[in-house]
Amino acid sequence: MPLDERFPRDFNETRENRPLGVRNEIVTGPVSDWSTDFSHLEDEWSDDPYVIQDDLRERCPIAHTSRFGGGWLPVRYEDVSAIAYDTKRFSSRAIIMSNFRPPKELAPIGGSPPISSDPPFHHDARKLLLPAFTKTAVGRQEPATRAFCHSLIDAFDGSEVVDAAADYAQHIPMRVIANMLGFPPEDGPQFAMFVENTLEGVNLPPDERIERMSLLFNYLLAQVHDHLDHPRDDLTTYLINAELYGRKLEPSHVVGTMALLLIAGIDTTWSAIGASLWHLAGNPGDRERLVGERGLLPTAIEEFLRAYAPVTMARLVKEDMHWRGVDMRADDWILLSFPAANRDPEQFERASEVIIDREINRHAAFGLGIHRCVGSHLARMELRVALEVWLERIPEFSLADASAVTWASGQIRGPRALPLRIG
Amino acid sequence: MKVRINHDVCQGHGRCYDLAPDLFGDDEEGFGQVLGDGVVPPEKEREARLAIANCPERAIEVIEES
Repeated sequence: MPLDERFPRDFNETRENRPLGVRNEIVTGPVSDWSTDFSHLEDEWSDDPYVIQDDLRERCPIAHTSRFGGGWLPVRYEDVSAIAYDTKRFSSRAIIMSNFRPPKELAPIGGSPPISSDPPFHHDARKLLLPAFTKTAVGRQEPATRAFCHSLIDAFDGSEVVDAAADYAQHIPMRVIANMLGFPPEDGPQFAMFVENTLEGVNLPPDERIERMSLLFNYLLAQVHDHLDHPRDDLTTYLINAELYGRKLEPSHVVGTMALLLIAGIDTTWSAIGASLWHLAGNPGDRERLVGERGLLPTAIEEFLRAYAPVTMARLVKEDMHWRGVDMRADDWILLSFPAANRDPEQFERASEVIIDREINRHAAFGLGIHRCVGSHLARMELRVALEVWLERIPEFSLADASAVTWASGQIRGPRALPLRIG
Repeated sequence: MKVRINHDVCQGHGRCYDLAPDLFGDDEEGFGQVLGDGVVPPEKEREARLAIANCPERAIEVIEES
């Protein structure tokens, strides 16, 4: 086999000669007014973003902040959906709202295609991934996922209180995506660190952030080399061999997509499983009803996805413009809150209530338009199996200490500590 | 009743083939497909309306009402 010399060993080699991006001053600390100074990295937001979003929807539906070098937060469904659909005026060149804007030259590919890509490149990069993530394809992971969920509950081994986020929800998507990418299953603890560094390390000093990100990319490069030496039937080997426009993918594309699948594959579903269990633990009426009527699980799952949508995306404004009453400047951030859209009373009846048999539920938890979550079928399978197994094995559970529940900050929201009484 | 999927709008969320598997399927990339000619038998109309009402992209069109 000819040597594949596309891939360096060290991520920092790939950073040389790259065009520079733009950094801004990092501003942290309590928010003075959510309509003019919002920050999704402060505790008040991670504790309960819905109160903030509901208030903004009444008085200032497109909020502004000067933090992160300037950005906007729309909270109405109609504004969030309009931006998701408008890829001409809003770029996905960066999708994590931070203190660094990658260079314009990075478009239309971005650092982690296809989520960071704009048309027309986006379509072709996404097409490479779609067949591996259809409902049928991900269904092949279901028996192993179910068995793994049972093994996690077996390991509770008579404990009266368990952490459903750290000891259950977290491990399920980690195991599934590690299996699909062909990474060692025992590397889970490293994945948790990569996830936190990527999504919650946003306000760290630049050098520290780069250092932490290089841990992730060096891990991925090591996996690439292991797959070059030992090709196997998984997504990593598939990406190494994949072709676009008659040639193999750029190494940054291969590794960027691996980073996307690993990070987005874990944190999101971990959050959705945890938030669903948190709701059921705190709402015994819903829990008892669901245990008694398993046929309600499909509508309940969609309702948990609507009400506790884990994922907020970001966009960058392409050009200065007046948009729906505000003056946006080129390279302003948009914090694209699907969770806020999902609680807009103009779009959903009784939007602030969780109704587990809600039949009409056109929620946007997986995004709208061309960037619909490529892993949505996988996430739904994992969430369904995780809840089926939990409810079958542990039909009675409650919050052991409501004040000990903690939520991830940043753009992916879900419980990170969730002590439940199960005995 | 007769339905069709607007393929310029469908993004492959898959709500139609989850909720009405007798009426919709998916292609090899996960996009929704109408099974057969799109004519909905009367006993499947409720399923069809559920699929239409739950499509996040509003991609399912009714081209003939019952």
